[in-house]
Amino acid sequence: MGDNPYVIFDHVQKSYDGKTLVVKDLNLEIQKGEFLTMLGPSGSGKTTCLMMLAGFETATYGEILLGGKAINGIPPHKRGIGMVFQNYALFPHMTVAENLSFPLEVRGMSKAVREEKVQKALDMVRMGAFGGRRPAQMSGGQQQRIAVARALVFDAELVLMDEPLGALDKQLREEMQYEIKHIHENLGVTVVYVTHDQSEALTMSDNIAVFNDGRIQQLAAPDVLYEQPDNAFVAQFIGENNTLLGDVIGFENNNAIVEAAGGIKLKALKVACGDSGQTQLSIRPERVHLGAQDENVVDAKVEELIYLGDHIRTRLTVLGNSEFVMKIPNSTKQNMPTIGETVQISWNSEDCRALDA
Amino acid sequence: MALPIYASTGQKIWYYTFRVICGLVFFYLIAPIFVIIPLSFNSGDYFTYTPEMLALKKEAFSLQHYYSAFSDEWRIPLINSFKIAIPATIFSVTLGTLAAIGLTQSHVPFKKAIMAILISPMIVPLVVSGYGMTLFYAPLGNWFVNSFGMDETSVRFLRVIFAHTVLGIPFVIITVTATLASFDNSLTRAAANMGAGPVRTFFKIQMPLILPGMISGGLFAFITSFDEVVVVLFLGAAETQTLPWQMFNGLREQISLTILAVATLLIVFSVLLLVTLEFLRRRSERLRGVEMVQ
Ligand SMILES: Nc1ncnc2c1ncn2[C@@H]1O[C@H](COP(=O)(O)OP(=O)(O)OP(=O)(O)O)[C@@H](O)[C@H]1O
Ligand SMILES: [Mg+2]
Repeated sequence: MGDNPYVIFDHVQKSYDGKTLVVKDLNLEIQKGEFLTMLGPSGSGKTTCLMMLAGFETATYGEILLGGKAINGIPPHKRGIGMVFQNYALFPHMTVAENLSFPLEVRGMSKAVREEKVQKALDMVRMGAFGGRRPAQMSGGQQQRIAVARALVFDAELVLMDEPLGALDKQLREEMQYEIKHIHENLGVTVVYVTHDQSEALTMSDNIAVFNDGRIQQLAAPDVLYEQPDNAFVAQFIGENNTLLGDVIGFENNNAIVEAAGGIKLKALKVACGDSGQTQLSIRPERVHLGAQDENVVDAKVEELIYLGDHIRTRLTVLGNSEFVMKIPNSTKQNMPTIGETVQISWNSEDCRALDA
Repeated sequence: MALPIYASTGQKIWYYTFRVICGLVFFYLIAPIFVIIPLSFNSGDYFTYTPEMLALKKEAFSLQHYYSAFSDEWRIPLINSFKIAIPATIFSVTLGTLAAIGLTQSHVPFKKAIMAILISPMIVPLVVSGYGMTLFYAPLGNWFVNSFGMDETSVRFLRVIFAHTVLGIPFVIITVTATLASFDNSLTRAAANMGAGPVRTFFKIQMPLILPGMISGGLFAFITSFDEVVVVLFLGAAETQTLPWQMFNGLREQISLTILAVATLLIVFSVLLLVTLEFLRRRSERLRGVEMVQ
């Protein structure tokens, strides 16, 4: 983290009814120019956080700072934050150009300046020819792009996007992800992005804050989040993950010695397990290898083989877990196992993380 | 709703009975209004269809009552009616819209109770509220005269205008609340996000979108004031005689067929007003583009 974070959530709590906390002790720092994604399951408090930042909800406890200043007391219309709403919120009685012109009019810009900026913003989202249309005369994806353009047209330094691509089909969504990322890189704005689609979060973000149960479970860059999850929730939520349960029986350097089902001892990186008691081991499918060449070797029964071109997705029963998945690269040298066969598989202890159970 | 081929005899009978009932209801509603229209062209001075009229003789009909409808005796009340109905409508629409917006905010307490109180002028018998208003406005009017030096005539007008405002507000609240139900609150949030203060947000974003409701409500408020006779009788005086007041007196005192001419003109006026405003309302609803979204 740098010295002067642009946005700071400092011990923020939020309760709607005065009883249950929807956001519990949120601490978050966002650097200027960063693309931060809030990722989490439904109801985990992501929208609530955005709404507090935009000024439509007030924090029950704690403080939010923007550019070093507390914003709890500033009304929404004085915050200068651009926002893309989940349902676009385009003004239906105005044309696209009038929609984009609105924030500029509020700022007292002359007609000539407004027209120039509007055209530039429309060109940026490749909607230059649509200025005269009304929102109702456009497809969902086109409205989406207009909403993005409108949030950016008045040069807000901070732009909030609440599941902006939720309603789009896969192809359009990927195209738009790329476009938003591109715009972010070109303009250098700070973006806070909300989604519950993990692949979207991984492809777009500088940093991802994984939300669950009103708390940030882990805040890290996409690769760190994927490769070094801090706890079982993050490991499960981001990407595909194999879990094995066991008991911690000792330590060796950075590793925990874990006794799994059937008394088999495994070594795993000590991350979030206790000094003793149950732990959940997390291994990514692509880190598991066929054969006994790595540190931890176990027997596995092949249950299912799915041909996926470049690799064969293999489901196995490992230490009682029948949902254990590995990816066998499709290379001719390797002799493929057959269904029902018992094979040896192995992984390195640094690829296996001992997490909270 | 055409009758399907597989309809049973019972359904067929009901189908036609239903149409007959609908027709009767319409007849019952409209006939009393239409019956006066030919009568207003009567060349005589009687409130009845003469044998000559029924025989469609030319000399039985004339426009004489329409000529007298434009004499001073009727023109002044007509002007007064507008003098009262127009400001009362403006006040009703303004206050009613504000109330409707307030009553749809989630943080406002006792919404149901406040709504009931504001709607009550529509439910309470006019004679009761008219009498209450007399008691209330008489000292208020005197206070205006004594402390601001306003002249008696203006105060009398103001009293009727205020009373009619109260009667018009419920219609505006009901119609505007209905349009607000389909209003997307994220639009006002979006406007605030782009830096627009509450006032600008209202005039530029919210008002254009709830305008159809405001227009319908305003129309009802206008007609209410324009037709109203009880409160005018209670509160008014010779200076504030309105068209309905004059008609009421006319019926009681000099039974003149001019009343029918005036009534016919009022019917034509109301229909034109309704058609025009409905056209405006549809236009602005089309501008919202609501039909096409989703
Ligand atoms: N206005 C409100 N009043 C009361 N409770 C609310 C309100 N808005 C949200 N909540 C509750 O707060 C919790 C968090 O809601 P929030 O909208 O922040 O979730 P989210 O992470 O955005 O979920 P999603 O991915 O489904 O949009 C939920 O349990 C929800 O029921
Ligand atoms: Mg949400």
